[in-house]
Amino acid sequence: MAIDVKNLNYYYRDIQALKDLSFSVTQGDFFIIIGPNGSGKTTLMKVMAGILKPKKGRMKILNRTIENYTRKNLAQTMAFVPQMTPVDFPFSVIEVVLMGRSPYLGMLGVEQEGDLKIAEQALTFTGVENLAHRKLDQLSGGEQQRVFIARAICQESQIILLDEPTASLDLAHQIRLMDLMEKLKKEKGITVVMVSHDVNLAAMYCDRLLLLNKGEMVCLGHPDEVLTFKTLEAAYGCTLLVDESPLGKFPRITPVPHKFMDHLQKS
Amino acid sequence: MNTDKPLLIKRLWVVSFSLMLVLLIAMFLGLSLGSSQSGMKAVFQNLFGIEPHDPMLDTIIWKIRFPRILLAALVGGTLSLGGLVFQALLKNPLAEPYILGISGGSAIGAIIGILMGFTRFPGVSLTAFSGSIATLLLILVMSSGQTILKKDALLLSGVMVNAFCGAVIMFLVSLTQDARLHNIIFWLMGDLSMVDMPQVGILAAMLLPCFFLLFWFSNSMNLLLMGKEMAQTMGVNVQAVTVILLVATSFMVSATVSYCGLVGFVGLVIPHLLRLLFGPDHRVLVPACVFGGGAYLVFCDVLARALPDQGEMPAGVITAMIGAPLFIYLLKRTRR
Repeated sequence: MAIDVKNLNYYYRDIQALKDLSFSVTQGDFFIIIGPNGSGKTTLMKVMAGILKPKKGRMKILNRTIENYTRKNLAQTMAFVPQMTPVDFPFSVIEVVLMGRSPYLGMLGVEQEGDLKIAEQALTFTGVENLAHRKLDQLSGGEQQRVFIARAICQESQIILLDEPTASLDLAHQIRLMDLMEKLKKEKGITVVMVSHDVNLAAMYCDRLLLLNKGEMVCLGHPDEVLTFKTLEAAYGCTLLVDESPLGKFPRITPVPHKFMDHLQKS
Repeated sequence: MNTDKPLLIKRLWVVSFSLMLVLLIAMFLGLSLGSSQSGMKAVFQNLFGIEPHDPMLDTIIWKIRFPRILLAALVGGTLSLGGLVFQALLKNPLAEPYILGISGGSAIGAIIGILMGFTRFPGVSLTAFSGSIATLLLILVMSSGQTILKKDALLLSGVMVNAFCGAVIMFLVSLTQDARLHNIIFWLMGDLSMVDMPQVGILAAMLLPCFFLLFWFSNSMNLLLMGKEMAQTMGVNVQAVTVILLVATSFMVSATVSYCGLVGFVGLVIPHLLRLLFGPDHRVLVPACVFGGGAYLVFCDVLARALPDQGEMPAGVITAMIGAPLFIYLLKRTRR
């Protein structure tokens, strides 16, 4: 198991954010966590990344309890791409990607030629090798996201966690990014765990899907098990149309605006 | 890219050596200029033991000018480094100990120490340090809570802390008729003229370990700029590093304040300039700030001594006249 969570609880003061979660992520899986706003997705991701400590319950990363890892060990095992935050300082792309090597280096992070090679390979893998010497703050959102993913790849971990990586991207970049994550899983055998708002993207790419609501697990399984009219309507509280995607055997979800309600009832 | 040595080490040496050279030039300039018109040639002869030797000039150089220049170099390096660290920790290129009010806080502490009759070391240094920690906590409490340290909120709270500190300082000064406070106004504006060699030695002994400590954490500062969460998942102990950096920086700044008052904006001008020249990598910027900031304040002090016809002005006057307009320019540019 890449990640194994048992009876996980987390609360901010008296607000319970995660309630008794138990699930596991198989190695080499593309695992996506969905849920409405405030369902605890980001909290869960931060607990899994080791940023927040679980208040109750236990978590194992590659069959080893998370408390038994040193910070650097954990960083060598698992990389994290948080939600996009602006960086005000003019780091170049290659400098940012090289930072991914720091879990393997000493306190000053003096990188050797081997590290530079790994960084360049990561840039090639994500298709931004031509940007290596550009400044991060001159890039578009989609390009920046690829740089941060290259940084995570450069960390050479077996697990990569991503918090809503497609949130601010246009349609083309969303698909390119998801394709990239799929390639990462297939070619490098990396376990990809992602928080997403986009149920349709999730349906098209993931192996297994976890639906959270109010900090509790609603459903876990293959997309066509989780993305049903019943579970989604209960979690999101709005009317949805669920049918089969024209692209293959997976569900397509369409939220139904109020003005089309009558139309829906007639048909 | 083919390099036999790691890229970083090479850059580190090149940058450090060139800035060290600039510092040495500045120091030589500082040694040769002053109210006694002795000329550079005579100073050069005295420095390198070339005849004719002038014992009078010897005293002026080693007893008066040299401690002052060393002090300027130490203080300039410290304040630049202080700016650099605060900018990294608060992810705000406008942060600086003077602008944030940390310097003002240590000045209150220092004045209380002076009024209580403490010696400069360790008494006044300690009260100044408590003052700086108190303002630091105040600023952190005021600007926390919401989305961590919004640019404008942070700067505004800094301005208010500064105004408050200024009022408290004037309040304390007005209350007492103490002769020890005779020079206080001059001191407040950053006066470098009142030290001798042993005092500079004590200050150096306090500052140099901090320089090395901050260099040790320079890569962590790089990672922190990517955001706390990303830093943590790359193996940085974010909480510990933040506390160490804040305490070490406040300690350094308060030590310089207790020796020469408030020298503003050095921590804004120098890190900004060096970042333009050498990029944002803190492993290069930390030593660059020590040498470059030192050279800058020595130059400013030379100006402060050379400009007035009679007497001299505090170096803080010059740094503020250069730094404040740059601050306004940067503020306009970073606002979007």
